[in-house]
Amino acid sequence: MSIYVDASSRVLVQGITGREGAFHTGHMVKSGTNVVAGVTPGKGGQALEGDLAGVPMFNTVRDAVKATGADVSCIFVPAKFAADAVLEAADAGIAVIVTITEGVPVHDMIRVTNSVRSRGITMIGPNCPGMITPGGAKVGIIPANICTPGPVGVVSRSGTLTYEVLHALTSRGIGQTTAVGIGGDPVQGTKFVDVLARFQADPATELIVMIGEIGGTDEEAAAAFVAANVTKPVVGFIAGQTAPPGKTMGHAGAIISGGKGTAAEKIRALQAAGIAVARHPDEIAEIVAGQLGR
Amino acid sequence: MDLFEYQAKRLFGAHGIPVKLGEVARTPDEARAAAERIGCPVVVKAQVLTGGRGKAGGVKLAATPDEAAEKARAILGLDIKGHTVKLVLVDPAVDIATEIYVAITLDRAARRALIMASAEGGMDIEQVAVEKPDAIVRVHIDPAVGLQPYQLRQLAFGIGLPAAHHAAFADLVTRLHNVFEAADATLAEVNPLILTTTGEMLALDGKVTVDASALYRQSALAADRYDGDLTDAERAARDAGLNYVDLDGSIGCLVNGAGLAMASMDVIKLFGGEPANFLDIGGGAQADKVEKALRIILADTRVKAVLINIFGGITRGDEVARGIVAALGNIATDVPFVVRIVGTNAEAAQTILADAKLHSGATLAEAAQKAVQLAAERGAA
Repeated sequence: MSIYVDASSRVLVQGITGREGAFHTGHMVKSGTNVVAGVTPGKGGQALEGDLAGVPMFNTVRDAVKATGADVSCIFVPAKFAADAVLEAADAGIAVIVTITEGVPVHDMIRVTNSVRSRGITMIGPNCPGMITPGGAKVGIIPANICTPGPVGVVSRSGTLTYEVLHALTSRGIGQTTAVGIGGDPVQGTKFVDVLARFQADPATELIVMIGEIGGTDEEAAAAFVAANVTKPVVGFIAGQTAPPGKTMGHAGAIISGGKGTAAEKIRALQAAGIAVARHPDEIAEIVAGQLGR
Repeated sequence: MDLFEYQAKRLFGAHGIPVKLGEVARTPDEARAAAERIGCPVVVKAQVLTGGRGKAGGVKLAATPDEAAEKARAILGLDIKGHTVKLVLVDPAVDIATEIYVAITLDRAARRALIMASAEGGMDIEQVAVEKPDAIVRVHIDPAVGLQPYQLRQLAFGIGLPAAHHAAFADLVTRLHNVFEAADATLAEVNPLILTTTGEMLALDGKVTVDASALYRQSALAADRYDGDLTDAERAARDAGLNYVDLDGSIGCLVNGAGLAMASMDVIKLFGGEPANFLDIGGGAQADKVEKALRIILADTRVKAVLINIFGGITRGDEVARGIVAALGNIATDVPFVVRIVGTNAEAAQTILADAKLHSGATLAEAAQKAVQLAAERGAA
């Protein structure tokens, strides 16, 4: 089992002809993902080449959904077009929208996340690596070769830090149900609590790894949610213990402002909820192995 | 991106919010001339991108132009929480009867704009939030329908504002919301919003933060961007397209990805070291970018060791390795490097780095420990 996407997902890519879009869609296809359509306005009907050969192209998401039954979209369009792309996918009936694009204005995301969530649509991102259900589907840019099917659900605000953890788990022979990167922006389509609820409900997920970072209060909300609703073991990590206040640490959302959003506060909240918090990334896989009795 | 008070009030004024904006001065003479034009008494206010100016002696009343020059001399050059005062604002003095707080901010958890108002104006709002949470009235704005009249009434009645001022207050908050929207702001704060002794409502001080991701469509604000608070290294890094933050430690860090970069710093600290910087080279960095990054790190004489931690995904290990070799060939340095490259093309990276004199670590913990040890051997505190 898995959450959000699996081998039956019919994936569409918006911005498939861009440099990033073409490169990563190629990897999605190579890892066995069912990529059924590409959308680039003005390039409908064009033939794609290489790894993307045979993927039909459309001018609009509506046309693509009508012709292919796509139900998941992966968005690689430039930041200034990202809000429009998400709304187009939502309007066309896409159920799961994954936005990889970084640098999307936060006001755009206030409008878009409120709109799509009110319609019951799942939106992941923006500024995220997407997600992967090993052996099922990869929607985004998480390298498939560091993942393997198994019992651990992973949710994270980070990209490469997640890859570290996936690699360490896989190296120990511990596989994953699904790994979800929810992104490093201040306003995200999906938060920790949404993903935790899915993992709790997924019978195949035995343990959950949650990787947070400084900024905002989503980790605190997640800790409260875990205490009240999650019966599965959760292993946590918070990045940014050495980050100075008032400085944006790469991710737009990773900033301690007004004394709020520190790593220490978040670690305290996780521990108070009974979550085992790793001191460094390598320790996450060690704790998981111990808890799973490996 | 934070705006100075004078920039925030200029923006407020452009949106019809009542302000009494004076003139900006860079020298005591300019402050005197400004005071002469404006008419005394005036208030001389430090323009720095941090709070707590008043307590730090950065706001002073002047009764004459000469006194304005004297106050400006005292304020210019002051260090306020690490920010050097290079500019003062000379504003006409006003007689304050009442101070109110009003701000619009981004509530990340609610994914909405949040208006906060309080009768406890002039105070640090975070202090009010802790000491008297009920003194702050909050309303969230639904982006589908926008700010509504009933919400303005909730705010006005909630802070106990006399009815005679409700219309002016509603108008001001509506205009502040226009600023928030039009400027892609994540904060638009008026503190204090005052009633003068003659009953006039004025935005006496303003703070605006503009979303850095929206600067492409905020060209006027972007053109006014102040980077005087950046260090030379931070400026060089920005020009090279690198995410970099200066810190005080002795171990330089070069990492791909913001989360991994923060985690690498944390591991250094866990093993008793101090990171000299945060540096995320981003995804897919080429060799020349890696070399530029190493130049910036090595220009910092406090750096006693460098930790390079790369998890290749889009970023290719061999490209990073080539950048390291180029840097070692072009920069004279005896600072030891600890290099850990995992993921895409990591084996090719090992081949490229085989002849370089580098230290390595199989895991991040091992590599960080090694860097801490090397830095300590070279006299890092």
